Amino acid sequence: MNGAHDCGGMMGFGPVRAEVNEPVFHAPWEARMFALMSAMGDVGGWTLDEDRAACETMEPGHYITSSYYEHWLNGLELLLQKHGLATAEEIVSARASVPARAVTPTVAEAIWPAVTAPGSYERPIDAAPMFKAGDRVRTRQMNPVHHTRLPRYLRGQVGEIVACHGAHVLPDSNSRGLGEDPRFLYTVRFKASDVWGHAARDVIHADLWEPYLEAC
Amino acid sequence: MPHDGHHHDHDHGEGSELSPIALRVKALESLLVEKGYVDPKALDVLIDTYETKIGPRNGARVVAKAWTDPAFADWLKRDATAAIASLGYTGRQGEHMVALFNTPETHNMVVCTLCSCYPWPVLGLPPVWYKSMPYRSRAVIEPREVLKDFGVTLPDDREVRVWDSTAEVRYLVIPERPAGTGGWSEEKLAALVTRNAMIGTGLVSLPA
Amino acid sequence: MNGPHDMGGFTGFGPVLHEEDEPVWHSGWEPRAFALVLAMGMTGSWNIDEARHARERLPAMQYWRSSYYEMRHYALILQLIELGLVTALEEEQGRMGEPPKPVKRVAKAEMIPAILAAGSSYDRPSNRPQGFAIGDKVRARIISPRGHTRLPRYARGKAGEIVAVHGTHVFPDSSAQGQGEDPHWLYTVRFTGAELWGKDTNDAVCIDLWEPYLEALA
Repeated sequence: MNGAHDCGGMMGFGPVRAEVNEPVFHAPWEARMFALMSAMGDVGGWTLDEDRAACETMEPGHYITSSYYEHWLNGLELLLQKHGLATAEEIVSARASVPARAVTPTVAEAIWPAVTAPGSYERPIDAAPMFKAGDRVRTRQMNPVHHTRLPRYLRGQVGEIVACHGAHVLPDSNSRGLGEDPRFLYTVRFKASDVWGHAARDVIHADLWEPYLEAC
Repeated sequence: MPHDGHHHDHDHGEGSELSPIALRVKALESLLVEKGYVDPKALDVLIDTYETKIGPRNGARVVAKAWTDPAFADWLKRDATAAIASLGYTGRQGEHMVALFNTPETHNMVVCTLCSCYPWPVLGLPPVWYKSMPYRSRAVIEPREVLKDFGVTLPDDREVRVWDSTAEVRYLVIPERPAGTGGWSEEKLAALVTRNAMIGTGLVSLPA
Repeated sequence: MNGPHDMGGFTGFGPVLHEEDEPVWHSGWEPRAFALVLAMGMTGSWNIDEARHARERLPAMQYWRSSYYEMRHYALILQLIELGLVTALEEEQGRMGEPPKPVKRVAKAEMIPAILAAGSSYDRPSNRPQGFAIGDKVRARIISPRGHTRLPRYARGKAGEIVAVHGTHVFPDSSAQGQGEDPHWLYTVRFTGAELWGKDTNDAVCIDLWEPYLEALA
């Protein structure tokens, strides 16, 4: 989706303001929000990709004027409804009125092992990668209405493969509950001069899945 | 900043408390008048002009004349600015006019993705939806979905041609004349023509 | 600039909500805000491109959350303060604190009808040769200027065909930056939906583009 989250290349947001000795959370509610999303993510039945997609569906004006954890809050509220864990009315009233779907919450003792357990999004597949380091590729000119990780500013651009990471869960599929559909994931290098048309010698790297790319 | 922007600013009756933006506009008006930059009566004339004198009835007259007068339609195709000026519609935001004729092959639709450019002398001030983010963002990438928002569905084989008004050229859509209007007067035809049809988000049809 | 105004191609803004028999104004302050913008424009303190660029330079968050006339009002304030016609304190208080600056013209009520009817043409004579003709295939350049431009992001790098030639017009990229009118050839370029969006569609978008935005397609 070409949503407000896809802000690569946008001007007008002003300078990047770095805070000295920035705390982990800026308000107690942020900490609660962080914990709620993490705890519900363990039991809710949605994937990380679905979680991202939910955060991106916020009304764009609301999205860019709200803070990071507000995006999470909106995403979580949406996911709870979608997965039958809470109704809109319950969220507004902050009271449970419908019998909850049975889930087993992660107990406090299990958090540390869960957080530190090695995880992976790599999945072996029975295919060979189409591209290898050094290959020239062109990103597809695609504008899906669903979640994707190919940003608008990199569509239709020519770049060079610099690494292959094996086959990884494809967000475009996984975010829609259509399965993990693992595909080869590459790091692709683009010249800033190609992407933006100015003379800079800078380069941009993006991690892109094989369906985003075509040979050129 | 001493204000906040809401999408829907609620109007307040006379004598009741004004919204922050209403207060801010009022304060600026009195300041600019005090500084002598603007004539308060000129503001009244400007408002009255676009509230009561210039509006989509002008464009409807252009369309009706194009439907009934082939020489005028031809002139409109060659030099819309001059043809439209011959009816007395000239001026601001209509300095360089182009008329887009809908046909069974092509449906035209006008947008300004970068601001809200609109042919004022023939259509007046644009409606809120024309200036809204959904229209400005979606008209170029999914025009048929936008048309559905207006209840318009076109055959797949008809080209939807969107015109993004990036310069000072202003576009007026000349919709197709509905069947069953043979022999109608210009006035009667003009009454059928809606603003949306002249932007390209509507079609002209006979009253049910 | 790649500002918040450059809306073409976003798809997350929801349906187009249209109102039956919509009134010209939705609130009493809207006509006053509209008239102030027009009347201050008539003082000759800025041109149309500078006014557009002021709107684009509003903070993106403010731009996307404001209604149309709010946005116009905030941009007017920005221009008034930048040019020293009004100070921030005066704006806040709504009272004059410093003497007015001279302006080129103050439009009186009786002058308004003639000013509006005359409009202001944007075509200018130029000795520049016409680079393209109807039917020529062109590609919109990939540019990302920090200043004002009327080449939308969604068209950059895309191939299209010249379908109309409008003569030489004031070039916004120069005019908005105080670099004069710098007239260039203005064309309408037709891009297919397939080229712009990669979609299988028979739709097309026509965009008015100046010659410096275009290069010949080999």
